[in-house]
Amino acid sequence: MAQDHSTVAYQVMWNRLISVVEEQAQALVRTAFSTSVREAGDLSAGVYDTDGRMLAQAVTGTPGHVNAMADAVPHFIRRIGRENIFDGDIYITNDPWEGTGHLHDFTMVTPSFHKGALVGFFACTAHVVDVGGRGFGADAHSVYEEGIYLPIMKFADRGTVDATLIRIVRGNVREPDQLIGDIYALATCNEIGHRRLIDMMEEFGLDNLDGIATFILDNSRRATLERINALPRTSAEGQMTVDGFDVPITLKVRVSIEEDRIVTDFTGTSGVDKKGINCPMVYTKAYACYALKVAIAPEIPNNAASLAPFEVTAPDNTIVNAIHPAPVALRHIVGHFVPDVVFNAFDKIVPGLVPAEGAGCLCNFQMSVRPVANAPADARRAEVLTFNSGGSGARPTFDGLNATAFPSGVMTMPIEATEHAGPVIIWRKELRPGSGGAGKTRGGLGQYMDVSAMEGHEFDLQAMFDRGDHPALGRRGGHAGGRTTIALDDGTAMRVKGKQFVPAGRRVEMAFPGGAGYGNPMERDPAAVRRDLARGYITADDAAQDYGLSPEDIAAVEAAVRRGEDV
Amino acid sequence: MISSSSIRLGVDIGGTFTDVVLESGDAQFSAKVLTTYAAPENAIIDGMHQVCAKAGVSPDQIGQIIHGTTLATNALIERRGAKTALITTQGFRDVIEMRTESRFEQYDLNLTLPEPLLPRQMRFTVNERVNSKGEVMIDLDPDDIRAVALQIKEAGFESVAVGLIHSYLNPRHEQMVREVLAEVLPDVAISLSCEVSPQMREYERFNTVVANAYIKPLMASYLGRLEERLQSEGVDCRVFLMHSGGGIISIQSAAEFPVRLVESGPAGGAVFAAHIAARYGLDKVLSFDMGGTTAKICLIKNQTPKTSRVFEVARTYRFKKGSGMPISIPVIDMVEIGAGGGSLAHVDAMRQIRVGPESAGSEPGPACYGRDGLRPAVTDADLVLGKLDPDNFAGGSIPLYPDASQTALLAHVGEILGMDAVEAAFGVAEMVDENMANAARVHAVENGEDLSQYTMIAFGGAAPLHAGRLCEKLGIARCLVPPGAGVGSAIGFLRAPFSFEANRSVYMKLSDFDPGVIRTLLADLQAEATGFVRTCDRDAPILSEFKVYMRYTGQGWEIPIDLTERQAMDPDAATFEARFEEDYAKLFGRVVAGMDIEITVWSVNATTPPEAVERVGVAVAGEVAAQVSTRALFDPAKAAFQEATIINRDAMESGQRAVGPAAVTEAETTIIIPASRDAIRQPDGCIDMNVKG
Repeated sequence: MAQDHSTVAYQVMWNRLISVVEEQAQALVRTAFSTSVREAGDLSAGVYDTDGRMLAQAVTGTPGHVNAMADAVPHFIRRIGRENIFDGDIYITNDPWEGTGHLHDFTMVTPSFHKGALVGFFACTAHVVDVGGRGFGADAHSVYEEGIYLPIMKFADRGTVDATLIRIVRGNVREPDQLIGDIYALATCNEIGHRRLIDMMEEFGLDNLDGIATFILDNSRRATLERINALPRTSAEGQMTVDGFDVPITLKVRVSIEEDRIVTDFTGTSGVDKKGINCPMVYTKAYACYALKVAIAPEIPNNAASLAPFEVTAPDNTIVNAIHPAPVALRHIVGHFVPDVVFNAFDKIVPGLVPAEGAGCLCNFQMSVRPVANAPADARRAEVLTFNSGGSGARPTFDGLNATAFPSGVMTMPIEATEHAGPVIIWRKELRPGSGGAGKTRGGLGQYMDVSAMEGHEFDLQAMFDRGDHPALGRRGGHAGGRTTIALDDGTAMRVKGKQFVPAGRRVEMAFPGGAGYGNPMERDPAAVRRDLARGYITADDAAQDYGLSPEDIAAVEAAVRRGEDV
Repeated sequence: MISSSSIRLGVDIGGTFTDVVLESGDAQFSAKVLTTYAAPENAIIDGMHQVCAKAGVSPDQIGQIIHGTTLATNALIERRGAKTALITTQGFRDVIEMRTESRFEQYDLNLTLPEPLLPRQMRFTVNERVNSKGEVMIDLDPDDIRAVALQIKEAGFESVAVGLIHSYLNPRHEQMVREVLAEVLPDVAISLSCEVSPQMREYERFNTVVANAYIKPLMASYLGRLEERLQSEGVDCRVFLMHSGGGIISIQSAAEFPVRLVESGPAGGAVFAAHIAARYGLDKVLSFDMGGTTAKICLIKNQTPKTSRVFEVARTYRFKKGSGMPISIPVIDMVEIGAGGGSLAHVDAMRQIRVGPESAGSEPGPACYGRDGLRPAVTDADLVLGKLDPDNFAGGSIPLYPDASQTALLAHVGEILGMDAVEAAFGVAEMVDENMANAARVHAVENGEDLSQYTMIAFGGAAPLHAGRLCEKLGIARCLVPPGAGVGSAIGFLRAPFSFEANRSVYMKLSDFDPGVIRTLLADLQAEATGFVRTCDRDAPILSEFKVYMRYTGQGWEIPIDLTERQAMDPDAATFEARFEEDYAKLFGRVVAGMDIEITVWSVNATTPPEAVERVGVAVAGEVAAQVSTRALFDPAKAAFQEATIINRDAMESGQRAVGPAAVTEAETTIIIPASRDAIRQPDGCIDMNVKG
């Protein structure tokens, strides 16, 4: 029975639920151990009705959890069984296919009881430090090698934590204290959400969430369908090729606008890879949906109704719909390219709305550092993971963003913090001039990074890059962005992906990709070209060749810079 | 007592008004004059003469002036600073531009990031490097510095910021840069990151030193002019500055570290609330300051506002976290959201009412001002709901037009949602109150606090109109509305101690605990902080407050742990661990067994003792105050109009009561007492609002 409340009361409650899930997410950020959660915001939190329909979700660093979270709770209800759901229960999984795409993501669900009755669920997900197996990388040949696997199960039954489960988990991972710490942080964050929900139900005299759920979902569905039905009823194809591991990957998509829905189909996309860069459907769906939502309905909050009209399909065993037991640890690489290829199709349906291609996947690497023989006494082993970004693609009316993540929303770490985390030196981390693809609007600049181990150490570099052979391509006459390059400082070539040895005393020199340009560079506002030259985003040669800036203008800019003037 | 003379002047330069408060013994005189942007000292002189005339004293009788200002903040927001250069480590030229490499708003394809204070061509590098142990890996060659200094000279920069990697561990290279610059460029202002903000995290530290350098010439010149003007007007006393941490520093320290003046006005408001908390013996207070464009919320525990090490100024995108520039200095920790009397309402794609952060400002103002404002603001909703008297707003100086409010509410909210003007106004008021309540709740959760045990202290023009409803939403039983709420910050300046907080990042795991190193470090910080306070007062006793920031190794979020002097100066690992686990459990519900713990930041705050506070004798509840009239007032908890008593605040005597629904009116604002509450006037003039029964 839905209770009767005024529209104003429902508006307030909707606002409140969004605040509740934001609080839930904040609690996780502050207590988590995993750098990817606390520094980079790789987490998610949401509230659901008794049918498992998502009512609100926190906006966090990763769109990759958007649909995965919406789909997860119904899996939990089905696997646990309604008759086995009790007050005080907490459920857990890291299933890549029923959770959020790889074993490193733990999802926990807590049923919420009020006055003895089930009223809803809270769920949250976080990327944890380590799950055992081969470690975080693309080297596994199946998911079995990638770490411990927990099917959907009870972590706590009516308030009692499963001690056997904890012992098994502890015995299978490299950093047991931290992982258990993260699991408890996830449980705590659901608890905080639950308490705040009950406060709200008491304040408004609610016995259940039926009325507010209907209000939220009806309004969201209506707003989303209005946007979809305002689009031309047509379809278009997009395509993009990226490096992959050993062989290039082609992503192919058809976006079709239909009545009350948009169907995104990946037929024609490359098959699964032998290495762990495959992407389960949930993660593909999340990024495809993100791309379309950010383009046509950015301000509509994520919930079951606002996500439902975005349908995503792909044939089994394509790299965007990897089936168990394919290795999927680095599913983010392909996932992060999904928006670019969806945009390539969507641009043909609604021109002038979406950006040119960008760096795409994050430019992450992990350094496994160890002492060499005769190392100083304080030499030590350490695993140092960093998150970095190339440039984003130029927008129709704005330049791309320099060294800024898109579509991911995660943050980098301060290099001073990274150097405290292990015996490594970051020698350089700065913008990469000339890497932004030329255009009427320019692609965002990539960045340079040079790294080494401290004296007395050697290391393996686990590279997770792309766009070495396949730079971001421009739109409407815009030029491509700069490619990824990687080599040792003695000139030895390195690969963009995989684990590679770096001897003591050597530096790795990396250049991360730039975003592509949009439109003919000769049409770029000359004032913007002069500004770019003054700042050193482009060289004098670029200014002359790509943008046609005259030698007199170039000399004038250089003189202004010497006088300390902003241009 | 801070000063020998009993006559003191508090001066707060805000965005619109400059508030001046003169205090002589128990008497208080205040003036509000329009801020004079071109020469802010003019408004001060004007206001000073006004309050001197009211008090019947001459400027030479003033014993002390305490000054706070938004000038530093505004210079950063409006980018009106000096021509400034940055010198940094080779390889790190773009730290202040690359920020966190993330987007603070995920769902905006046309997002633009704020430009750094200094464009790339104004950022220079030198070849040098210190590692994470503070050891020099690449020596700095003075000739290299000289070459950069010559470029800076040729370009005619007025101010230089120096920020080198890991300089908080080893300041030597930054000091070398200063030595060479001083030779080559004797007239240029220099700021070093190891002095302005010796904390780890290069983006925050570099940005802070750049901000300091950027506003240094401007603030130094302003403070110099102010001193001269005051002298020429006959003032013969020292001038001190309120800093963002809630204390007072000398004018010389302020000129050297002007970035510490950012947010000094709101800090004064928090000190004002803390003082009232002390008078009433309240240990848990939520201060709520709501003006025309924003609302500020601060937790005050044990009569001390909560402080933080980093905050953001100049947010460029709907007050969104991450859209401004981080400044790492000691600061009173506040949440500020775009919710004020002028905040504008609209309906979004989900047919949800949204309020703010866009504001009608003073021109055109809310629709009811009748100055061509066509969009409904919070004040319009308040008027339609009967919270304001249209003929008696701002002491009757601004007539209000309810018809214009109704029209605006109908056009922008009611007609879209099928509501009449009253329901639309109800929705707007509820939404702005809900936004503020949510901000307060999130802030409380982040600090492990339960607001139901708190007392609210409400000030600022719009706060008394919304405080009652906010208390209902937050489950807060008691709310105090002090007199003088309109000039609360300036009064707060007069309550602040001399203080200076010194911080340093030094990493230490409890498994490598080194009492000797700790004693030396804390003694250094204590000497530094005390030195600043001594420049304000040569004789006063000075207290030291010790604080460390700790976390489990592997976590990214430190929590502040207060230590007693003995715990700090005779340190042992077991005590540190116990203190950390106690506070951690309080915040997050449990400790994590078996993890190493580390200390990341050390801090010593030197402060003169707080002024002795006279406790207020609480009034005995007497009769109900005489009503001036009645009017229909909408009660949101009941979702209906009710007949409300109207009472004149000035006519209320100590112990007299008002029973909700009621409105207590005064020249500056109106205190709304919902049906769920009643209020009593306390002997010090506070209106003390409580849950009925």
